[in-house]
Amino acid sequence: MGAKEENGDGEMDQTVKKYLRGEAANLEGLQDKKLKGQLAIREELYGKSAKAAAKIEKWLLPSEGGYLEAEGIEKTWRIKQESIAREVDILSLRNQYDIILPELGPYTLDFTPNGRYMAAAGRKGHLAVVDMKTLSLIKEIQVRETVRDVVYLHNELFFAAAQKKYPYIYNRDGTELHCLKEHGAVSRLQFLKNHFLLASINKLGQLHYQDVTMGEMVGNYRTGSGRTDAMQVNPFNGVVALGHSSGTVTMWKPTSAAPLVKMLCHPGPVSSLAFHPNGHLMATSGKEKKIKIWDLRKFEVIQTLSGHAKTLNFSQKGLLAAGTGSFVQILGDFSGSQNYSRYMSHSISKGYQVGKVLFRPYEDVLGIGHSMGWSSILIPGSGEPNFDSWVANPFETSKQRREKEVHSLLDKLPPETIMLDPTKVGTVRPARKKEKKPTKEEREAEMEAAVEAAKDTDIKKKTKGRNKPSKRAQRRKEIIDRAKRPFLEHRVEEQETFRKKHKTNMETEMPKSLQRFVRQKAT
Amino acid sequence: MKVKVISRSTDEFTRERSQDLQRVFRNFDPTLRTQEKAVEYVRALNAAKLDKIFARPFIGAMDGHRDSIKCMAKNPSYLKGIFSGSDDGDIRLWDIASRRTVCQFPGHQGAVQGLTVSTDGSILVSCGSDCTVRLWNVPGATLAVSDNLSDNSAKALAVYVWKNAFRAVDHQWDGDLFATAGAQVDIWNHNRSQPVNTFDWGTDTTISVRFNPGEPNILATSANDRSITLYDLRMSSPARKVIMRTKANSIAWNPMEPLNFTVANEDCNCYSYDARKLDEAKCVHKDHVSAVMDIDFSPTGREFVTGSYDRTVRIFQYNGGHSREIYHTKRMQRVFCVKYSSDASYVISGSDDTNLRLWKAKASEQLGVVLPREKKKHEYLEAVKNRYKHLPEVKRIVRHRHLPKPIYKAANLRRTMIEAERRKEQRRKAHSAPGSVVTESIRKRRIIKEVE
Repeated sequence: MGAKEENGDGEMDQTVKKYLRGEAANLEGLQDKKLKGQLAIREELYGKSAKAAAKIEKWLLPSEGGYLEAEGIEKTWRIKQESIAREVDILSLRNQYDIILPELGPYTLDFTPNGRYMAAAGRKGHLAVVDMKTLSLIKEIQVRETVRDVVYLHNELFFAAAQKKYPYIYNRDGTELHCLKEHGAVSRLQFLKNHFLLASINKLGQLHYQDVTMGEMVGNYRTGSGRTDAMQVNPFNGVVALGHSSGTVTMWKPTSAAPLVKMLCHPGPVSSLAFHPNGHLMATSGKEKKIKIWDLRKFEVIQTLSGHAKTLNFSQKGLLAAGTGSFVQILGDFSGSQNYSRYMSHSISKGYQVGKVLFRPYEDVLGIGHSMGWSSILIPGSGEPNFDSWVANPFETSKQRREKEVHSLLDKLPPETIMLDPTKVGTVRPARKKEKKPTKEEREAEMEAAVEAAKDTDIKKKTKGRNKPSKRAQRRKEIIDRAKRPFLEHRVEEQETFRKKHKTNMETEMPKSLQRFVRQKAT
Repeated sequence: MKVKVISRSTDEFTRERSQDLQRVFRNFDPTLRTQEKAVEYVRALNAAKLDKIFARPFIGAMDGHRDSIKCMAKNPSYLKGIFSGSDDGDIRLWDIASRRTVCQFPGHQGAVQGLTVSTDGSILVSCGSDCTVRLWNVPGATLAVSDNLSDNSAKALAVYVWKNAFRAVDHQWDGDLFATAGAQVDIWNHNRSQPVNTFDWGTDTTISVRFNPGEPNILATSANDRSITLYDLRMSSPARKVIMRTKANSIAWNPMEPLNFTVANEDCNCYSYDARKLDEAKCVHKDHVSAVMDIDFSPTGREFVTGSYDRTVRIFQYNGGHSREIYHTKRMQRVFCVKYSSDASYVISGSDDTNLRLWKAKASEQLGVVLPREKKKHEYLEAVKNRYKHLPEVKRIVRHRHLPKPIYKAANLRRTMIEAERRKEQRRKAHSAPGSVVTESIRKRRIIKEVE
């Protein structure tokens, strides 16, 4: 009984840690007793609320997540969708289907944040809005132009389509609302939910950020790396990541013209990237048949998997879907140690090329957009079973949708809040420690030390008559001079700056009787 | 194989009938909400701005007196009424809700210097510069608000004449004694026409007196010789005395911590003391630019309101060094008395311009019945604003108060003078032998000595 309690406590500790959102503040160094008392009370309250939230998570959440467990010698990745279909209830079976639309080109999809509506766009101009609850088509239009990407704005009423020349914003009824001429010929669109910013990357490699509430262009930057198709928003901190054909991934924020981060990920072009919802993991795939999982806090590779991936997507529970050719592979991290292994796989008919994989929020469903339409398959354990009505409600009524729109507009974040570490908002910037300039004695000592070190180096003994003593002495002198050079250069620089600062006028240097002959500087 | 897929049935997650409330499901997982801190910051900024938009603290003025109002009294057992006495001997009972006079108590020949009500709310005691103490019957709560034509006036229950003019009066909590302050401190009983007891320690006039709400036998007085004296009725001699540099105009005990009292001093500050340790002030409350005339604590014990000679009313936290709120009007002249209402929602100020003014204690509070959801929302906005109120953008909005120009200039002048003195002191210290110049903390500096 005791051991069980301990185990239970261990789990509770983990969840409490999750709700504490970081370490407690260190109150030891505070001199102000009043402030210390107040902060100690606050910290206690945080602890209590974290415990209460952990208890709620354990006992009060209405639904439980999905799972797939293999029995005996069978492996989960060999289980086909048909066998899952036999075991699952009828309501879930409706989520498993293929829609074949062969004439209108490869399809790409987007879901609203609550997973209720889907926008599908075929390359040849077919735009469709589907209600996923009733699986009914709400509206479809044919824009008679190439459509490269489609993305929902803040709710199901508005979506943006990246058409041949410019992106357009449409209503749910298919009415064209806006034509965004400034963006140009866009290849990928992304929407930043908290900031109401529509980010786009166009054929010339220009990144545009537009605020869709007031329509002002917040940022317009040249990435300098040409055309790219790999663009994702990190939901944790709102930075936009682009994968370039040089193999680098750059991360951007709307208020700076230079990227926040530039990391070399692959030796060849980056085909796609995806972000884990907790913001710490990024998956990138390159044309050299490798999928790499990165830790974004340290910018290091955690795992390298082999395989092509034209499209990548993380689910809410951390499953990674990789699609290539007519094959979709789902990888999962089951041991908790960020080690992704095969979980499930699905291959569609040969000849169907997978264009986009996207997990549906709050459901155990994966949407696949391919060259002949789109499909939907069941992936148990991928969706978050318990939704929060005030974050995203799959059962939203129109009144609730209107209220939510107003509240999210009131909470709209300014673009300056996008930063790599979003927990830094409201904290104190650490005071920059001024580097102490080494004094003259210290610099002399350093120079001496460098000279000693240089003297210690071994000179290679040359053969075949090249080992003359004079040459050896010359070489040794060269090494010592090279060691001394940076210090001497520094000294000369300092003297120059000193001279420039204290340049006195010739006038004051001359004795009084000669001052009228001093050459005046042309003013 | 074992499979389970998320499948939600619509009737579990939506309401049954249209008259039901919508169902709300919560999941507090942090990964569902991104950029929480930035969202909270934006909400704090909006909350600060909304606070300022809804800040309308002035409710109304109670008009009727014909001379400046010198003293006020709260009825401990009736929330809606307040008594006020003016310089021409006019005492009125006001109904705060309608801001009209309920009853007048004519009788005093000179200025009414002090007013107090017994704890059961039945007897009003007034004292004046005509050397009389008068007891009145407080009319019942059912008395209707009078029309303009015939003011109800009550006749005095008793009139006691004594030797010298009185400056203040206060009634004992849960007892039937009251104390008057004048040339000496006298303790009276309702039924006796002469004081039961007299305390006389010191040579100068006592200007204010207050009984302790927790210990009914302890009272504090302040006198013109800059001293604050604590008396115990059970002992026939005074208990302790502390002499400050400037005189204290008024004293108020903290109703929730009856050990502590705060004095309103002539040098523009208020000093909070612990009655057990009088050699050091617990807290110095600085913000006024002229003498503080009156002070009253909120029934929560967490805030107090002060009225000052510089025509403003300020509200301080009980342990805060600076005021959290300032109220001023062009028409309000020198404020001589303030009271915090017994439900901690209103502040009443009586001033030189013959008006009593009613203010809200929290300037942006929504009065009236507040629905539970509204209340929760207000509490949330208050909490999120307090979390981020030290950040520059939010702080600028929260701190902003419009000050009348004379007060703004006077405050700047005071600041430069104090800063100059401080700098001189620091330089003297730096240029003298270490340890020879000792700076005293401000809590001790204003006290000359403590006398047993």
